[in-house]
Amino acid sequence: MEFALSEEQRLLQDSVRRFLEQNAPLDKVRLAAGNTHTVQRSLWAGASELGIPGMLIPEDFGGMGLGFLDAAIVYEMIGRHVAPLPFLGTTVMAPLALMLAGSEAQQEKWLPKIAAGEIVAGVAITEKIGILEDAGVKALNGKLTGKSLFVIDWAEADFYIVADSDHGLHLVLPDAKGLSRRALNTIDKTRSVGELVFDRVAAEPLPRSSADAVARMIDAGRVMLAADTLGAGQMMLEKAVAYAGERKQFGRVIGSFQAVKHLCAEMAAALEPSRSLVWYAAHALDEVPGDARLMACHAMSHLSEVGRFVARTATEVHGGMGFTDLLGLHYWFKRIGLDRQLLGGPELVRLEAARLQGWAA
Amino acid sequence: MNIDFTPEDEAFRDEVRGFIAANLPPECADSPALGVMTDKSVVKRWHKTLYEKGWAAPAWPEAYGGTGWNATQRFIFNEEIARANAPRLMPFGLTMVGPVTCTFGSAEQKSRHLQGILSGDVWWCQGYSEPGAGSDLASLKTRAVRQGDHYVVNGQKIWTSYAHEADWIFCLVRTEQSAKRQEGISFLLIDMRTPGIEVRPIISIAGLHHLNEVFFTNVKVPVQNLIGEENKGWTYAKYLLVQERTSIGGVPSPGRRLRISRRWHERSGTRMGGVDGRSRVPAQTRGDRSQAHQSRIHESADSRRCGGGKGGWTAIVPAEDRRKRGSAGFGRTRRRSRRLLYRTIRARSPAWRRQRTGYRPAHTRNVWADYGYGRAASIYGGSNEIQHDVISKAILNL
Ligand SMILES: Cc1cc2nc3c(=O)[nH]c(=O)nc-3n(C[C@H](O)[C@H](O)[C@H](O)COP(=O)(O)OP(=O)(O)OC[C@H]3O[C@@H](n4cnc5c(N)ncnc54)[C@H](O)[C@@H]3O)c2cc1C
Ligand SMILES: Cc1cc2nc3c(=O)[nH]c(=O)nc-3n(C[C@H](O)[C@H](O)[C@H](O)COP(=O)(O)OP(=O)(O)OC[C@H]3O[C@@H](n4cnc5c(N)ncnc54)[C@H](O)[C@@H]3O)c2cc1C
Repeated sequence: MEFALSEEQRLLQDSVRRFLEQNAPLDKVRLAAGNTHTVQRSLWAGASELGIPGMLIPEDFGGMGLGFLDAAIVYEMIGRHVAPLPFLGTTVMAPLALMLAGSEAQQEKWLPKIAAGEIVAGVAITEKIGILEDAGVKALNGKLTGKSLFVIDWAEADFYIVADSDHGLHLVLPDAKGLSRRALNTIDKTRSVGELVFDRVAAEPLPRSSADAVARMIDAGRVMLAADTLGAGQMMLEKAVAYAGERKQFGRVIGSFQAVKHLCAEMAAALEPSRSLVWYAAHALDEVPGDARLMACHAMSHLSEVGRFVARTATEVHGGMGFTDLLGLHYWFKRIGLDRQLLGGPELVRLEAARLQGWAA
Repeated sequence: MNIDFTPEDEAFRDEVRGFIAANLPPECADSPALGVMTDKSVVKRWHKTLYEKGWAAPAWPEAYGGTGWNATQRFIFNEEIARANAPRLMPFGLTMVGPVTCTFGSAEQKSRHLQGILSGDVWWCQGYSEPGAGSDLASLKTRAVRQGDHYVVNGQKIWTSYAHEADWIFCLVRTEQSAKRQEGISFLLIDMRTPGIEVRPIISIAGLHHLNEVFFTNVKVPVQNLIGEENKGWTYAKYLLVQERTSIGGVPSPGRRLRISRRWHERSGTRMGGVDGRSRVPAQTRGDRSQAHQSRIHESADSRRCGGGKGGWTAIVPAEDRRKRGSAGFGRTRRRSRRLLYRTIRARSPAWRRQRTGYRPAHTRNVWADYGYGRAASIYGGSNEIQHDVISKAILNL
């Protein structure tokens, strides 16, 4: 047994890290954040050169055919740099939907385009997790009616994967008749979510849809969100440590006060084991089907809590500065905040974990 | 222990509730439902209403415009104010410089400033922190040099809440370089219109402007604006911090947030298997705990006033004791209640802020502003780490 990343995986992670360090510095994030409802095409093109959009897509369709663990460690870097990229829907959940439930024709039509980074794919699946404001989508005679909230990678999507109330998955084009779209503003300005309202919209069903396919999309999405939080949290910790080493009060750097040291050490102690959890949850998606769903719940709910703790604590270490727009620390704070919301908050996800094990009705 | 309200208490509650119902304009009840101040005119208007009724500063000594209510009455009043979602009055005058002026100010300062604070016509801001002097407040460098009947002030303040809305600022300034840093500090009242003052905005993580930097360049301040004695400002500053820390715990907030949260769940029809109901309970417990704690402190404050027989502001609770209590009550309430609200909105909707494009549901208005502001609650008025230092030193004698 070897619980560690392979040499290739480390290289992959490093190359993504370097790419983002150079291409997604804070001032670029700031610019993108002023404009959430557009995809940052130049950054996406660069990511495509690294093969990021096609990571999970089989080589036959022009992708890299990598596994979820590879995707998770890449996503960790994306979170680390709060990169404004359409990652979750376009490179994880939508390809998964097509691979698990799509027809050959659908796969041939869309997967190569996703892999090439030519298109963005949104995912409307929130209502499979929890229903707000009577949202929900019904399929009747091949037409969709209803509403879906918090559609992932909503902006400029070339198609949407939509889950209906019976675990059916559908492919909907953005200009379909009867479809109206609204952007939703969240605290996180680095990713777009929106609302879709369907009024008898003609949709193309994915013929092999099943409850399992939907669940697997959610599991994978949750692990990726956990990885995103992990990376963002790690960066917040590093920023806090750096600040604690610079800022002076009472004639000493604040990092010399035990209270501040302990704040930093507690963050480190919370994050470090989380990394193993995320790795294992991602690995389970690839290799340990019996564990995958439960581990996805654990990873997501635990990272939600750790992420919030780290976000608050790192902000605390920065004193008044942490509260300013100027410092930009809040992009990480808010990123972690949205990660926590998407695909279910920790209480809900834990309830699911309890149900999976027969501990709750 | 007797926690029943007497018929007189109940009658008092009816009176307060009736007054608020009849006089709180709907836009006041709506707009600042949460912590952060959104609109000066709304707060001013409500302040004026309470002032005209004689209720703007219940905790002040009666001689200066207080109500003379006992602890139970103040408790009832606070509860009713919170229940009605009435805006919070700005604390810089009422709970900060007002009590300092009552206690340490000259007769002339009292007659000049207290009235404006009470009526809400004059707005104050707090010039304590500097770029190099946050937690280490005593290292402040803004200098005031006496020249004839004026001080000339040079330096910079930072994090000055609402300086851009304020008419006056109370400032800690260095009047002497002494070996013990706390000893050369003085407490000055400065008119914001004085030439040489420049206010620059700091934008917060919530994208709002309530913080500022304030620069002083050769600002002439009449010596009459010195509170108490020169170089004794630290004493007054600490007295003020006790008032501040006692008041910013935000005890009524959990109840208010809980009500808002319940309303949202009803409206949004969240179907989440009772998960959120469960997660609300601990927050409810903490809210109740804080309220009980506050009642206990008010009660002991009252009995001391009667028993000690000294009367007046300072005798309410001896300064040292107040300082401890100020710290002990501080921090917990604020953090917990915001956590509660955050839980709700997490379940509810991340669509929190209006932008040029896109939308978020109307009833989520102000939520992120409030939550974002709440991130600073463990920092302003002295960080939690500093409060813990104070508790371990002053209460636990460590
Ligand atoms: C069940 C049990 C089994 C043990 N078995 C063994 C054994 O087999 N062999 C053996 O050699 N020892 C053993 N120990 C001893 C153990 O290693 C010591 O108790 C431990 O190192 C703490 O030392 P102390 O008890 O002197 O506490 P102290 O060192 O006096 O600590 C008291 C408190 O002060 C805190 N503290 C101390 N210094 C600092 C600091 N610099 N900063 C912040 N906080 C500080 C500590 O965290 C602690 O909370 C055992 C202890 C227990 C309870
Ligand atoms: C929203 C907001 C409103 C404010 N309003 C006002 C206002 O109106 N007027 C005003 O004068 N000021 C105001 N402040 C300033 C506030 O009082 C200071 O930010 C606060 O005292 C902390 O100082 P700092 O920001 O310099 O942080 P620092 O002192 O640099 O602290 C940074 C970190 O180090 C820790 N630390 C520092 N020293 C120690 C120590 N000895 N032991 C352990 N930990 C330590 C702190 O706890 C914090 O986590 C406001 C601040 C905020 C955020």
